[in-house]
Amino acid sequence: MAQWEAVVGLEVHVELKTNTKIFCNSSTEFGGDPNTHVCPVCMGLPGVLPVLNKKVLEYAVKAGLALNCEIAPFSKFDRKNYYYPDLPKNYQISQYDLPIAEHGYLDIEAEKENKRIGITRVHMEEDAGKLVHQGTIMTTPYSLVDYNRTGVPLIEIVSEPDMRTAEEARAYLEKLKAIIQYTGVSDCKMEEGSLRCDVNISVRPTGETEFGTKAEIKNMNSFKALQKALEYEIERQIDVLEDGGTIVQETRTWDEEKGVTVSMRSKEEAHDYRYFPDPDLVPVVMEDEWVEEIKGSLPELPDDRKKRYIEAYGLSEYDATVLTMAKEMSDYFEEVLEYFPQPKIVSNWMMGDLTGLLNASQVEIENCRVSPTQLAELLKLIDKGTISGKIAKSVLEEMVATGKDPAKIVEEKGLVQISDQGELEKIIEEVIVSNPKSVEDYNNGKKQAIGFLVGQTMKATKGKANPGMVNKLLKEKLDQ
Amino acid sequence: MISKKDVEHVALLGRLKLNEEEKEIYTKQLNDILEHAEKLQKLDTKDVTPTAHVLPVKNVFREDEVGDHLPNEKATANAPEKEGNYVKVPKIM
Repeated sequence: MAQWEAVVGLEVHVELKTNTKIFCNSSTEFGGDPNTHVCPVCMGLPGVLPVLNKKVLEYAVKAGLALNCEIAPFSKFDRKNYYYPDLPKNYQISQYDLPIAEHGYLDIEAEKENKRIGITRVHMEEDAGKLVHQGTIMTTPYSLVDYNRTGVPLIEIVSEPDMRTAEEARAYLEKLKAIIQYTGVSDCKMEEGSLRCDVNISVRPTGETEFGTKAEIKNMNSFKALQKALEYEIERQIDVLEDGGTIVQETRTWDEEKGVTVSMRSKEEAHDYRYFPDPDLVPVVMEDEWVEEIKGSLPELPDDRKKRYIEAYGLSEYDATVLTMAKEMSDYFEEVLEYFPQPKIVSNWMMGDLTGLLNASQVEIENCRVSPTQLAELLKLIDKGTISGKIAKSVLEEMVATGKDPAKIVEEKGLVQISDQGELEKIIEEVIVSNPKSVEDYNNGKKQAIGFLVGQTMKATKGKANPGMVNKLLKEKLDQ
Repeated sequence: MISKKDVEHVALLGRLKLNEEEKEIYTKQLNDILEHAEKLQKLDTKDVTPTAHVLPVKNVFREDEVGDHLPNEKATANAPEKEGNYVKVPKIM
């Protein structure tokens, strides 16, 4: 049986976080009543003149620089012609042969290996309107169009066909999302559609250098969906070829419920976009000085931040990767550190208990009810010996559920750690009296019997005893 | 040379419905235009930079400030069919 390898490239659309649309001053705000954030320009009425939003250009250049691209000194806009009801002008303003940025890359880690994925280009374009269907696109009797999204600025980021597995594709998209999020030009929310991903995929016998016939897959709304869709499609194409069939070049859609990709072939009309320069828009010339200025405004990016966490904070590679993967997580970490500058401890609590509790209640870190200052307060309480680490876990659980201050929870529930020697000695004496068997074991050389006695003491104090002191005091008593 | 089939293809892309007589006329007219363009093709343009825009203008921008919107009734006034605030269209895949 021949060995197969997949060849995968991604086209990612990212909505830029500007106040207004790319070529007019209609609002980009999400969730307005249908067809109310529109004007004659984005509705494509005759005689209007589109003018480029300066911020869109700056954001596109910023994203291009963050992706290690060369910025084009000369760039222009073109019309991509096609008929579709979500496109009121019957063409989309995009960039064809002179995109704003080209020849970039980003580095991923997948299957324990580092790999550099090329970025072919980054270009600016306008988004189309939104079609609303009743039920699914297959069964809807008609469609409704909302043009509020028409003209919302997008950048399209096209990768080289450098990925070979579904996992690499996922790692690429995760990294891309992180980088773009750090630059602040987009929120990159896949569920809300501000980051959308199409995939080109083909398979070929391992060792072959020519590409096989590719299929394009759309409609994957999460990282998990991307990976699952690719795993399915790779298997599907291999099956077709091994059965002696051929791959049809087509667009397929991912059916999340059934876990399959489905052909969207409607008409066998080849795309014929007849691109030509948009005469309404003038060329964009980027002087070096301006590019440098934008470069200077780039924040610390995920790879640099990760390096800093490892080198300056002594975190493990894994912890540093997870903490920097999403900007929200990393920003949270940084803020906790401002109030409690012990990176390893903060990292352990965030990666362990906090993440666990958030996952269990399916809450994202940005919606977490525990503020970074509150987490820092909790860690200070442990640090000062007010509560034990064990008690802190239950306090954190309550904080996640209620958003209350840790000091308040500790006070309300009387969780202050018992570090009073006199009080602890009294409890320990009681434990010794009521567990003569363990005491005997200990005295006969079974030193591990002390563990049981520590446990009994903790139990008697409902976990509030200072564990270090309990150990020390018990030993002293038993060795007397 | 443009054939009648090319004209039919372009008409389909432009969503134009042409009758037989029109197809004949446009085939001839498009060929005349291309013939003229062919003469231009013969010029030596080795040292001429490609034209992206007919005017020597560059970098015209707007600031990112929200302006007036069309009210919904006006925005959808030309729609053949409506439903609520939406424009209603046949389902298209």
